[in-house]
Amino acid sequence: MTIVLRGGRLIDATGERSGDVVIGDDGRIAAVGPDLSADRVIDASGCVVAPGLVDLHAHLREPGNEEAETVETGSRAAALGGFTAVVAMPNTDPPVDGAGVVREILDLGKAGLCDVHVAGAITVGRRGEQLAPMAEMAGLGVRLFTDDGRGVQDSRLMRRALEYASGLGVTLAQHCEDESLAAGGHMHEGEWSSRLGIPGVPAEAEELMVMRDIALARLTGGAVHFQHLSTAGAIAMVRAAKAGGLRVTAEATPHHFTLTDECCAGYDPAFKVNPPLRTPADVDAVRAGLADGVIDAIATDHAPHPQEAKERPFDEAPPGMLGLETALALAITELDVDLSAVLALLSWSPAAIARIDDTHGGPIVEGRPANLCVIDPLATWIVDPSALASRSRNTPYAGRRLTGRVRHTFLWGEPVVVDGEAVR
Amino acid sequence: MKHLLSVDDLGGRDGIEEVFRLTDSFVEVGERQIPKVPALRGKTIVWLFYEDSTRTRLSFEQAAKRLSADTMNFSVGSSSVNKGESLRDTVQTIEAMGVDCIVVRHSSAGAPWQVARWIEASVVNAGDGWHEHPTQALLDSYTIRRHLGGVAGKRIAIVGDIKHSRVARSDVLAFSTLGADVTLVAPPTLLPPSLDGWPVAVTHDLDAILPKCDVVYLLRMQRERMTEALIPSLREYTAGYGLTKRRVERLDESTLVMHPGPMNRGVEIAAEVADLPRSVVIDQVRNGVAVRMAVLYLLLGSGVDLQ
Repeated sequence: MTIVLRGGRLIDATGERSGDVVIGDDGRIAAVGPDLSADRVIDASGCVVAPGLVDLHAHLREPGNEEAETVETGSRAAALGGFTAVVAMPNTDPPVDGAGVVREILDLGKAGLCDVHVAGAITVGRRGEQLAPMAEMAGLGVRLFTDDGRGVQDSRLMRRALEYASGLGVTLAQHCEDESLAAGGHMHEGEWSSRLGIPGVPAEAEELMVMRDIALARLTGGAVHFQHLSTAGAIAMVRAAKAGGLRVTAEATPHHFTLTDECCAGYDPAFKVNPPLRTPADVDAVRAGLADGVIDAIATDHAPHPQEAKERPFDEAPPGMLGLETALALAITELDVDLSAVLALLSWSPAAIARIDDTHGGPIVEGRPANLCVIDPLATWIVDPSALASRSRNTPYAGRRLTGRVRHTFLWGEPVVVDGEAVR
Repeated sequence: MKHLLSVDDLGGRDGIEEVFRLTDSFVEVGERQIPKVPALRGKTIVWLFYEDSTRTRLSFEQAAKRLSADTMNFSVGSSSVNKGESLRDTVQTIEAMGVDCIVVRHSSAGAPWQVARWIEASVVNAGDGWHEHPTQALLDSYTIRRHLGGVAGKRIAIVGDIKHSRVARSDVLAFSTLGADVTLVAPPTLLPPSLDGWPVAVTHDLDAILPKCDVVYLLRMQRERMTEALIPSLREYTAGYGLTKRRVERLDESTLVMHPGPMNRGVEIAAEVADLPRSVVIDQVRNGVAVRMAVLYLLLGSGVDLQ
């Protein structure tokens, strides 16, 4: 059965135009143009038809913590958020540090509502001691490697990892945190942590590792992707490194451009995350970095936790918050950029960093895979934790009014979300 | 007032003064032949202490008994907490037994705020991590008022490990609310990373400030701070920040020496200084009972005639 998306405004990396899009039986775009028809008509008037979103940073928790999330529930949340591809982080149990776990997650992903790509660990067990078999994992299609949740602390090991990775055509993504400086901290160190009596993590813990990895990128010529940048200082360093021609890219999360450390004042662990929520000046720097392109992508750092884990005291609760179902609307609502720039940050730019731009991130032209989302940019809605598709409820945005909603999502031509509802 | 979580819950200077007026009458109760009133008869208070405490728990217990409340102790060491029960499940279980007030001490900052969100009963913060210890601040302020006639305008130096001290945070709030001039005296490693918004002055020179104090408030110095590289040794700490016999001679005759206890004699306070008449540590403990009676009465005793 062929489908036509009728009357939408098409936005992709090549620009903006109006027209109908026909999705063929083969899961690819069959035609783009005015007044097209097909077996089934889906109304897209008043909506934007865009390449599906790509998340560089999602914790799907499977295997090992299926109480928090599974590949199935996480991929459903992703599809509802407009994502057609996510990169699953390797801090599972067991961690993704070899072909076996990569295969397991890829298999689980085949039944999902979005394409599930896997990030492999840089080091065995994510322990930062010995290189993981990156070539073996790259052979299964892994293109991004990270010890996410932990940065590689040992500079010599990180140097070797960058050198080795450059021979495989893969990118290393770093969670930037100097663990000795950050040790024991549970929120951003500053005015609020001092007042609240919560041990803090200084911004410099992030900045030290960004500084080191920029130096190592220079030394090795390797490609470094900086995950979830959260401080003005780190963003300034990445800006300078890019100006110097180094192969560095960066992402930022919706919570780091919408929330500040003051949110922790009620001691609600829903606001505990790593890197921590920072100051208003840092939030401004993240917004500016997203607007001027120093930060290449918005990534969710979707980190589900079961309710009982977030009902512990603040310093005992695990860090992390949900992100897949709210990222697009937060970007539309909060960022001072037009929709095309929002989509660049959420679709074709992360697709290129993940090296999956052959199948995701557009453009919307005949012959391309029909990985698409249809967005109503003016629809307003209120975040209701109980209505989320994730297995977990740890969103910091409960009750928040947002603008912009995903109407439909197409994965390889299959309508996986129709009128805001997942089909399975 | 439903809960006492922070000094800020007391409603500023007027609210604190109201606690003091009630405390005056409970001090009088304590001097009676039978130091007990039926104000909280039929009320049940639970002690939920996740951290070791002797004096604070005993002080609350004495206060509750003098008000004729029934009390229960939830002993964390031998409880279901050790079987992995969450804080929320624990407090909701306790509340279901029919309690009016839970007095919480926890090593995690903010835990009493979470407890207050989960239950209907009143919650008193008896110390949360590095954050607050409001009844200590009340008894400290009350003790200063008894000895010096008031807190407003008094020059108070808080000396020692401010960074890790819930007593310091609550004292700063209470003293400054009551109009005192507060100076924090500590090595930079034992101060909070930021003092933005704190109504205090800061110095690293104890000797210089001693002649200009009405109250010298010493905090307990903990041995583990050395392993965290915050100070080189207790000896060096004492040399710079201990109230030694030599230093105490620099104090004005009327200056009070205070300490929340338990004291490390020979570290932050010399043994002979602790025993001077100007050292009002025992008065602090004595006043603590009456202050806690006032707090429990305010939270639970509405409508009950004290006479």
